[in-house]
Amino acid sequence: MRQLLLFIIIGITGITFIGRLFYLQIYSSGDENLYDDNAIRKVYDYPKRGFVYDRNGNLLVDNQPSYDVMFIPREVKPLDTLDFCKLLKITKEDFIEIYNKAYAYSPRLPSVFIPQLTKEDYAALQEKMRKFEGFYIQKRSLRHYQTTIGANVLGDIGEVNDAIIEKNPYYKMGDLIGKQGVEISYEEILRGVKGIKFIQKDRFNRDLGPYKNGIYDTLPKQGKDITITIDAKLQEYGELLMQHKRGGIVAIDPSSGEILLMVTAPSYNPNLLVGRARSKNFTKLYNDSIAKPLFDRGLKAQYAPGSPFKVLNALIGLQEKVVTTEDQFSCRMGYYLGSRRLTGCHAHSSPLSMNDGIAQSCNAYFANVYRRIVDNYDDPAEGVDVWSNHVKSFGLGNYLGYDLKIGNKGRIPDGDFYNKWYPDFNWGSPTTISNSIGQGEVETTPIQLANMMAAIANRGYYYTPHIIKKIEGQTIDKKFTTPNYTTIDKENFEPVVQGMFDVYNKGTASTLQVPDIEICGKTGTAENFMKINGVTTQLTDHSIFVAFAPKDNPKIALAVFVENGYWGSRFAGKIASLIIEKYIKGEITRTDLEDWILRYSLEHEYEKPYSGQPFGINRNSTLEMVDETEYNRLKEQLKHLSS
Amino acid sequence: MVEAQKYFKFDWITIFLFFLLVGFGWLNIISASHSGETIDYFDFSQPYGKQLLFIFLTIGLIIILLAIESKFYERFSSVIYIISMLSLAGLFIFGKNVNGATSWYDIGGMTLQPSEFAKAATALAVAKYISDLNTDIKRIKDQISVLAIVAIPAILVLLQKDAGSTLVYGCFIFILYREGVSAAYLLITLSIIILSLLSIKFGVLATSIVMVIIVLTHHYTRKRKPLIIQPISIILLSIMIGYGVKYFYDDLLPAHQKDRITIWLSLEKDPEKLERMKKTIAYNLNESERAISSGGLTGKGFLEGTRTTGKFVPEQHTDYIFSTVGEEWGFVGSAFVVILFVLLLMRILHLAELQKSQFSRVYGYSVAAIIFMHFLINIGMVMGLIPTIGIPLPLFSYGGSGLFGFTILLFIFIKLDSDRINQW
Repeated sequence: MRQLLLFIIIGITGITFIGRLFYLQIYSSGDENLYDDNAIRKVYDYPKRGFVYDRNGNLLVDNQPSYDVMFIPREVKPLDTLDFCKLLKITKEDFIEIYNKAYAYSPRLPSVFIPQLTKEDYAALQEKMRKFEGFYIQKRSLRHYQTTIGANVLGDIGEVNDAIIEKNPYYKMGDLIGKQGVEISYEEILRGVKGIKFIQKDRFNRDLGPYKNGIYDTLPKQGKDITITIDAKLQEYGELLMQHKRGGIVAIDPSSGEILLMVTAPSYNPNLLVGRARSKNFTKLYNDSIAKPLFDRGLKAQYAPGSPFKVLNALIGLQEKVVTTEDQFSCRMGYYLGSRRLTGCHAHSSPLSMNDGIAQSCNAYFANVYRRIVDNYDDPAEGVDVWSNHVKSFGLGNYLGYDLKIGNKGRIPDGDFYNKWYPDFNWGSPTTISNSIGQGEVETTPIQLANMMAAIANRGYYYTPHIIKKIEGQTIDKKFTTPNYTTIDKENFEPVVQGMFDVYNKGTASTLQVPDIEICGKTGTAENFMKINGVTTQLTDHSIFVAFAPKDNPKIALAVFVENGYWGSRFAGKIASLIIEKYIKGEITRTDLEDWILRYSLEHEYEKPYSGQPFGINRNSTLEMVDETEYNRLKEQLKHLSS
Repeated sequence: MVEAQKYFKFDWITIFLFFLLVGFGWLNIISASHSGETIDYFDFSQPYGKQLLFIFLTIGLIIILLAIESKFYERFSSVIYIISMLSLAGLFIFGKNVNGATSWYDIGGMTLQPSEFAKAATALAVAKYISDLNTDIKRIKDQISVLAIVAIPAILVLLQKDAGSTLVYGCFIFILYREGVSAAYLLITLSIIILSLLSIKFGVLATSIVMVIIVLTHHYTRKRKPLIIQPISIILLSIMIGYGVKYFYDDLLPAHQKDRITIWLSLEKDPEKLERMKKTIAYNLNESERAISSGGLTGKGFLEGTRTTGKFVPEQHTDYIFSTVGEEWGFVGSAFVVILFVLLLMRILHLAELQKSQFSRVYGYSVAAIIFMHFLINIGMVMGLIPTIGIPLPLFSYGGSGLFGFTILLFIFIKLDSDRINQW
């Protein structure tokens, strides 16, 4: 034993040490990655972010330099704080607070003193910079918008948040990333790839030189420029028309699925979300819960589509061969089942065949068509399924797959939906009759309606709507160039298209005709409700209009929706006609419509629910004009636009 | 022919292990001390250049050590010891203060650390005393004498603020035990250490209660019970020790040493204070552990350690040299070094047991025990297993005195061993 003791102790020590090494080097570490090594400083070289052009090659977004005032707390020498604060437009208290915070973080490491100075502030500061020891300027690149429009499409960039940093190791604290619009959709293309330099440092954080002579260093890869499908002039025009209104416009080129304009109103100037003011302005926009300027109504507003939906029922009726173009249905100011009126209608001649049914937007006509479609099957669930599948083939009831990150699915009910709704299975075509006129359970978004129009304009197929037109040196996603076919045969479209043409010719939009352009359209009116102090209150109907033009070889298909604008041709229809004329002719002959739209405002309508007073809707609401100065301002803007 | 045979009697395994450790140590000193892109191995202004010079000088030293008649070491051990002690004492007058410790002589720019040589001298003196025919190590009188031989250098170096070296002298308890001293000494030492640590960690009261329970349980379960006074005095004694240690720890121990123990025993719970300690008192330890940890399985490669290159670990070429091994050679290289040391130590012990003369055996045992203490404290400290105690890693750390001291220590034994046939 006496001879063995030290032997044993040495052995145990050896084993313990190897165990500890195992714990330190294998169990709790693994090989160290260069990026995590805090003995290596990583210096990033940020590439130029790609520019954004509109479909006509107009530059919309480029970059501007911005200047961060940086400092190293320990190196700051006594200075003329008064002068310094004045230059930076801060108070002395701000100065002390920023300084102390940074000092607590690290006296040795650089901290941002004031981020993103404007060029002017920078110029003033630069002259005196040498007087402020310990401070220096770091240049970085911000977005610069060449326009005041299209904020919802162009989007913005901002500092990356912790959640993304955790998910994606590319991003480091303080990096900028797309937050909305195309900036987020095409983030990786626009941003490029930043270069990195690895620098060996010592424990005092001093640079010792490039790590391994820079063999791991990379050069930045410049961001690529993109061209988007938006027509900036048209977009600007659309936004102007939507002044003092709320709602959305989406227009698509049916022959390609390119989104020509995408207006949401109210909107904001994209320059508000640049640089130092971004977070302040964003909060302000975000907190406006009444006008919701950040809510993209073109993509996200989900409503019952109303009458435009009727044309789909006509198409399905023809496809299912349950109705011919000649079949006539009578209308007694509504559709009756026995003596019970299921849906009302307005005054027009009766009975009507398909052409007039569409042109006059007769509810009774489509109620009959819908019942024939569903009742063609013994089981109403089966009938509704068949109907639902036809509808969905137009891109309704689900995300469309366009290249913007926000949207809504809308809702197209099927047999299962009603079986769940009515657990006793006691339902049928009369129960779901609202589907015939686009009310009730059916819900869509404006972009879905515009796409539906494109599919009708093409007589049976559509290209997935998209915002990207060209990427520098790269082709766009194949799904945007492959047609999606609907379940309706081509020949069944002609009578329906003719009906929509007659909407303009002699129907509900006859006052909106544009000389020399054959427009096919459909008006719509959607009831809507709002909870006011817990009471569900009906508001003035939404004005809806869908259209495409010209009738043959269509160039534009669009959906316009104006909140609380009342009937379809009142606001939405006028705007649709103007947009179509502007796009196809490049100038406006129906200046009467233009004047009307600019002159009338719906602001008073939007204030009603918040007034605390009882108020009238629809028939009992009045139109109000903008005042003369505002009208002149808008006219001025219009003139500026056309020049 | 006779001459040739003589050479083969040296234990070449030990010599091989010695050079392997010295060589590998030098590679790591290069990593830990080089500053530029190009390394001029013969740049004697750089630690790695100096160390190379020391290694060459060591070879000369070895030849001299092996050439000397082995009887010389035994016969002159007392003289060597006395000279060594005088050189230690002389430091109080002529010593040069480096980093708060007066452990160096400055002779024309060359510094010499006598404490590195005192270990070999003490080992010789202890071996000589124990192997004396008149000595019976079981006698208290002789035990006190040996204790005095060891205590003199231990106290001298402690007074020179070199607490690490003092601890090394504790290793002689293993030699005494091997030579027949009662196991009670070992047990009592071990008990006192455990008792002290428990008192600091959990408080004197809690420790005392546990002690009372253990001692009384033991007492009442014994078949032949001694007088009750025995367990009671044990308890009283341990409570006194507990309070004594606590008092020493709280009021007498220098702040930096106290903090080292505080960190080691994880006594500091305030995260803010802990964070601050990591940047000050525990900075070395923290960086050393991280450097070792960052090596992973196979390490970053020779001269590729980013933390080593960035000099993140202070004193890396001396006391913290093992963290360089950890970072650049990884688990594989570090475990290799540990195994080399274990093999060397076991080889020495094995040879010691083979000695026919008690002098050689005691001396061999001392060599193993001294190197072991360094190995235990240094690597344990660098990996955070024991509190920070400044002490070099034998044969590995940068430093001429250390290298010469350990060379002398080891090669005297190799010489003694080579003569064991003639040992009568």
